[in-house]
Amino acid sequence: MTPTRIILVALGIAALVAAPLGQGNYIVYTLTSWLLFSIAAMGLNLTLGYAGQVSLAQAAFMGIGAYVTALMTLAGLPWIAAALVSVAASFVVGLLLGYPALRVQHHFLAFVTLAFNILLFLVLRNEEEVTGGSFGLVGMPRPSVLGISTDSNLNFYYFALACFLFAAFVMWWILRSPWGRAFKALRENPIRAESLGLKIRRQTLLAFAIGSAFGGLAGALMPPLVQFIEPGSFALIHSLKLLLMVVVGGAGFFFGPMLGAALVILLPELLRFTEGYYLIIYALLVIVLMVFSPNGLIGLGQKIWLGFRPKQEERRDMKKGFQL
Amino acid sequence: MAELIQILISGLAAGSIYALAAVGFTLLWQASQTINFAQGEFVMLPGFFVLIGMALGLPMWPAVLFALVLSLLVLGAAFKKLIVEPMLPHGTLPLVIATIALGLLMKESVKEFYGATAQPFPAVFPQTVYNVAGASVSAQDIGNLIVSMLAIGGLQLFLNRTRTGRCMQASAQNPGVAEILGVDVKRMVLYTFLINAALATIASVLISPIYLAKFSNGETLGLVAFIAAIVGGFNQIRGALVGGLLVGVIDNLSAVYVSAEYRQAMPLLLLIAIILLRPQGLLGTKEGRAV
Repeated sequence: MTPTRIILVALGIAALVAAPLGQGNYIVYTLTSWLLFSIAAMGLNLTLGYAGQVSLAQAAFMGIGAYVTALMTLAGLPWIAAALVSVAASFVVGLLLGYPALRVQHHFLAFVTLAFNILLFLVLRNEEEVTGGSFGLVGMPRPSVLGISTDSNLNFYYFALACFLFAAFVMWWILRSPWGRAFKALRENPIRAESLGLKIRRQTLLAFAIGSAFGGLAGALMPPLVQFIEPGSFALIHSLKLLLMVVVGGAGFFFGPMLGAALVILLPELLRFTEGYYLIIYALLVIVLMVFSPNGLIGLGQKIWLGFRPKQEERRDMKKGFQL
Repeated sequence: MAELIQILISGLAAGSIYALAAVGFTLLWQASQTINFAQGEFVMLPGFFVLIGMALGLPMWPAVLFALVLSLLVLGAAFKKLIVEPMLPHGTLPLVIATIALGLLMKESVKEFYGATAQPFPAVFPQTVYNVAGASVSAQDIGNLIVSMLAIGGLQLFLNRTRTGRCMQASAQNPGVAEILGVDVKRMVLYTFLINAALATIASVLISPIYLAKFSNGETLGLVAFIAAIVGGFNQIRGALVGGLLVGVIDNLSAVYVSAEYRQAMPLLLLIAIILLRPQGLLGTKEGRAV
């Protein structure tokens, strides 16, 4: 990282620490849920932006994390143990789902995950004895760290921020390790990556499973935040919403999912004056964005920025020569 | 036994309509690698075009014609020109997102501008019910089955027996070579989109009298078309047909013999089983590359 980058990141973290100070409960809550969805979207970005596979079950993985955490903390176990089990469970389910789906070409993972999300929703709704059915589960306790309780919303925000920064660091570390660079190679040119000795299937599968584990972590933060979970929060539409976050922000960019999550969570507030037309405007914006800039907002920004920079002139005689 | 026959027939009737949507789905995939996540909404919308036509004072059949023309323009030509064409060079992913957004746009627009309640839709076939060997069979089911089969049979004939149809197949299989041999590939792709719009209109007119015209109809229809296409085989018309019929029958059987709560799960389990055991689909041919 260049020094300017380090300064910018430090400033960003300082802004996140200062953001909720002096704000009302509602804004603190919204900021916390932004952190939470950013974690989930970051995971999906690994699957989508780096490994190039569409997963339509990120909300289902959040659901696995949320229900595992809720049931375990309600049984009196500490949050950290529940969160670890949630992450592990999402990882394992990701492996099991991805293994058969990634044997074949096309977007079979998209189909399998789509089916999985609906199946999970049905199970959560129908197995009332365990999951509480459509009434959901209530009264999950909030964790306390080093004796400080996170019962106040501000404290819980800082708790979620710590989790978010941890997740972001892990993601950054994965992406810059040689192993993470292989993901990029895979996305840019899978055939070349394979000829250089990368095991494409194993890499993609791991990317999907790790991405799902991030969903599990985000889910584990949900019961203590909302203190009420129900199957409807993990339906297919929410997976589509997470997918939108990643793509609108910019798939394959590190900060894309965070920007996208902010937009998807804040836009309803900004467009509130349009009342019922909110979703229509939203869908139109997404279509227009996709037509003009498939790389999302960060891609659009990059395009505009590069437009102002001097470009290297290609040698035209060579160009002609290649054509001949 | 009588009950079983009854379930089978109504399953086949529903399945044949699913097959119409599934065939359109596979055609789009073959012609331009478009996975249309808005396919369900494509089937939902023409029903409302018919209702708009009738609200303008047209009798039923001219209103259906009006809906067909409107569908060809909006769901066929405009969809291809405005959304698919500019995005094709960027790969399938942006297009997947755009069709998801398009489905949402269509659903919400109908809800806002037409109404959130289910609208009654004129019946295409008489509401008589025949008694065949103890099983009650409705004329509507038989009619739906026949019309869908004729539409798919006609399409199959068109694709295999006419010059244009063969050109379309050639462009789907190998656009580069087709272009060299003088086929206007772009026009063939446009034809595919028009055929998809027409199939969606037929499916809409057949299914709306049963489910009533409602903005949210597309959710289940899209999913079912999707499952049918994959189960049958993504690169075959007869695959989509078999997939549609199978899903229709399984759906109706599980509504009776499995709990109502898990009815929706059966076609999904079928989908997962197919992807596990025979990823190219029941009738599909192997394309066999993992890259």
